[in-house]
Amino acid sequence: MPFVDAEAAAKRNYDVIVVGSGAGGGQMAYTLTMNGARVLMLEAGRKYDPAMETAMFQTPEMAPLRGSGTPDKPFGFYDATVDGGWQVPGEPYVRSSEEHEGRFEWWRARMLGGRTNHWGRIALRNGPYDFKPRSRDGLGFDWPISYEEIAPYYDKVEMLVGIYGSNEGLENTPDSPAGCLLPPPKPIVSDLLIQKYGRTLGLPTIACHRAVLTQPLDWKNSPAKLHPGNAFAQGIIARDMQRRMACLWATPCGQGCSVRANYQSTTVHLPPALETGKLDILTDAMVAEVILDKHGNATGVRFVDKHAGVSREVSARVVVLAASACETVRILLNSRTAKFPHGLANASGKVGKYLMDTVGSDLAGQIPLLENLPPHNEEGASGAHMYVPWWQYKTAEKLGFPRGYHIEFGGGRRMPQYYTSSGMEWLTGGSYGAKFKEDARRYYGSIVYFAGRGEMIPNEDSYCEIDPAVKDKWGIPVLRFHWKWSEHETRQAAHMQKTFADLIGAMGGRLQKPAQTDGAKAIAPGGSIIHEVGGVMMGDDPQRSAVNKWCQAWEVKNLFVADGSPFPSNADKNPTLTIMANAWRVADHILDRMQRKEL
Amino acid sequence: MDRRTTIKWMLAAAASAPLARLPHLSAAQGSGEAKPYGTDPRLADRTYAPGDLWPLTFTPAQRQLATVLSDVIIPADATSPSASAVGVIDFIDEWISAPYPEHRDDRKIVLGGFDWFDAEATRRYSKKTIALDTNQLHAICDDICYLPKARAAFAEAATFFARYRDLTAGGFYTTPQGRKDLRYIGNIPLPRFDGPPLEVLKKVGLA
Repeated sequence: MPFVDAEAAAKRNYDVIVVGSGAGGGQMAYTLTMNGARVLMLEAGRKYDPAMETAMFQTPEMAPLRGSGTPDKPFGFYDATVDGGWQVPGEPYVRSSEEHEGRFEWWRARMLGGRTNHWGRIALRNGPYDFKPRSRDGLGFDWPISYEEIAPYYDKVEMLVGIYGSNEGLENTPDSPAGCLLPPPKPIVSDLLIQKYGRTLGLPTIACHRAVLTQPLDWKNSPAKLHPGNAFAQGIIARDMQRRMACLWATPCGQGCSVRANYQSTTVHLPPALETGKLDILTDAMVAEVILDKHGNATGVRFVDKHAGVSREVSARVVVLAASACETVRILLNSRTAKFPHGLANASGKVGKYLMDTVGSDLAGQIPLLENLPPHNEEGASGAHMYVPWWQYKTAEKLGFPRGYHIEFGGGRRMPQYYTSSGMEWLTGGSYGAKFKEDARRYYGSIVYFAGRGEMIPNEDSYCEIDPAVKDKWGIPVLRFHWKWSEHETRQAAHMQKTFADLIGAMGGRLQKPAQTDGAKAIAPGGSIIHEVGGVMMGDDPQRSAVNKWCQAWEVKNLFVADGSPFPSNADKNPTLTIMANAWRVADHILDRMQRKEL
Repeated sequence: MDRRTTIKWMLAAAASAPLARLPHLSAAQGSGEAKPYGTDPRLADRTYAPGDLWPLTFTPAQRQLATVLSDVIIPADATSPSASAVGVIDFIDEWISAPYPEHRDDRKIVLGGFDWFDAEATRRYSKKTIALDTNQLHAICDDICYLPKARAAFAEAATFFARYRDLTAGGFYTTPQGRKDLRYIGNIPLPRFDGPPLEVLKKVGLA
C-alpha cells in the first residue's frame, strides 16, 4: 500500500486521516496501524528517505560555502531539513512586529517526518508539577490530565524510540521504570568539568535524555510491553527494532541518520507503520481545511495536490490534525462553515490563543583548562551527553520569576566548521601568521556553550490568527503572529545569563562579553527555539478550551489534535517526547472509541 | 546487515566520497547570474567545488592579492601548508560570489578591502601589495589586525582584515589539512565511545 497518489487516496476508505508526519503524526499513525486501523497520512512536503538521502560522513569542503548555513539551508548545507527553514518559498506568514521583543519566527520543514528529521533529540519527561502549574503558583493553566495518566505512555515511547538517560530521583524530573531508558554515553571532558564546578554553585549535572540508541533496542522484551496481547504488532516491531543500528559515535544527528540510530519519524515510526500494510502516505498534499457533513461531523479534509495544483478531498471516519501547533491552528481557523463561522473547535474563541515557545538565552565561555588537550575523539552521540535540570524548586519564590529552566551545554573537539576559528580576536589580540595558527590550535575545543531552556507562561498577547489578506501560493490564507514576552520570561532569561557567567567563572573561564543583565535583550525571539506549542488548548471547560482531555474537539466529536497544539503549558522540558506520549494516549482513546462504534 | 558490515561499508563510503564528484563546471559555463541553490539541493550523492553553483568573481590580479593576504594570515609552517595551498582562495571567491545577503555584504567588504590594501601599499611604499616584502606587508597588517587597538583612520581596514581572517580560517580549517593541523579526531564509526582518556582527565585535574 505505502505511498499513494492523490487519486488512489481519494478512492479508498480509511478509518483515520492523520495530517502531518512528524512526532505527533508519526506516533499517531504508528499506534493506530499497529492496532489494525486503516490510516491515510497527509504530508505537505515531499517524500524523504533517510536511508538514501542522509549526508552522514560528508565533510564541509564537499559542500558549497563549506557547509555553512544560508537562507536556503539555515542550519547548514548538510542539515537533514529540506524544503524548510525560517521562510518557506511561496508560503509566507505575517507578524505584527519585527522588533526583537515582539517578533515571532516560524520554523517549518516541508518534508516527510517534518521537523523530527532535524531536531536536537533531547527527550525529557514533563514532571508531575508540569501538568498542574496553575495549582502550584496561580499562573497559566493546568492540564486536564496528570503525570500519572500520561506516565505509561512516556514508558512506551521511551521503549519504542530508544532514549538514553539515567534515573536520579530529582524533584519533578521523573525517573523511568526499569527497561525504559538506554544507558547514557560517557561524559566528555567539558561535561565533567561543568559537573565538578557546577556542584560548587549547587547545579546538578546529570545524564541528558536523548533519542539516540547507545545500544540496540530490547527487541526480545519490549514488544510485549508495547503491544500487550497483540502478536501482529509485537512481531513487526521486534523485527524493526533489530533493523535499527546502535549509534556509530560519529556524524551530527542533525544531518539525519541513515542507520536509524536516532529518532526521526522517518526512521522509527513510519517504517513499522508501513509494514502493517494499514498505512497509506500521501506526500505533497497541503491540507487547507477539514470538511464537515450537514450534522457537523468531520468527513475528511480538502487539500491541495501540489503536483497537479488542484484541490482534492479525502474522507475517513476520524480526522486527526498533527500538522505542528501553528499549522494545526491554521487548518482549524480556515475550516469555516455556516455553523462554524470562526473556524472549527473555536466556539470558545481560543483557537490560536496562548501560543508558547521556550525561553531561550545562550552564553559561551573560553576555558583555559581545556586548552591544548591531548587529541582524542569527543564526538560521542553528537548532542548533549549531560545537562542540568531545573534545580531551584525549593527556593523558587525568591527568584522573582515563576517556574524554571534547564541548562543544555556543548563543547569539545568537534569537526572543525567554517566558524570554529572565527572571531577569536578577543582571545588572540588580533594575531595573524604563525601566531594565529598556534592560537587556533590552542583554543580549538576550549569553548563551552551554555543554553538555558525555560518555561514561558501563556499570555493573552502571544497568539496567531488568519491574516485577512495574505494567502500562500496555493491560495490558502496564512497566519499572522502576535508575540509578547512578560517579565516572567525576561527575568528568567537574565537569571540564565548570570548563572552561565557564574559557572564559566567558577570553571576559571573567560567571557567574550559580559553577561546580559537586561532580560529583554537576553531572551531569544519568540519561536526561535522551535518549541512552539499551544493554540488548541485542551481543558475541562468547553468555554475556555478548544479540545477536551482526549484532544477531541468539543464541537466535532470525530476531530482530534495530536501535536503540540493542545498543550496548556510549555514546561522547560523540550516538548517532543510529550507530543509523542500524548499522541499515543489519544490514539489509544480513538481506537477504543472506534471499537465501541462511537466514532 | 550486521553492525560490523555496516561500519566497514560506512568507512568505504566515507573514503570514496570524493570520487563521486561530478565533472567540475567552470564559471564560464554558467549563465552569468548567481542563483541560490534552493531549499532542496542534492546532498548525499554529489560534492561541490567553488564555481559549480555560481560564477566566481576574482580577476587574476585579485587572486594574487587574495593569495598574499590569506598566506600572511595562515602561512605554511612545520605542521601544515599555507591557506592558498589548500584551496582557500577558491573558497573565498565562492563565498563573495554567493547569491545570499550575508555574502553580498562580505563581497563589498572584501573587494573594498583589496582596493584599500593596494592603495595603502602604494601610499607607503609606492608598490602594489603583491610586490611588498615581508616587513612591509607586516607593517600594514600590524596597523589593522586588531580593531579595538587600531587607529581611527584604520578602523574600516581593520574591519576588513578581521572579516578576511575569519574567511581564511574558515576555509583553511574545513579542509583535511586544516583538520589535521588542529589534530581533530572523528567522523569515523566506532564500536563504542569510551570518553576521555586518562591523560586528558589528569591534565584537567579530574583524575
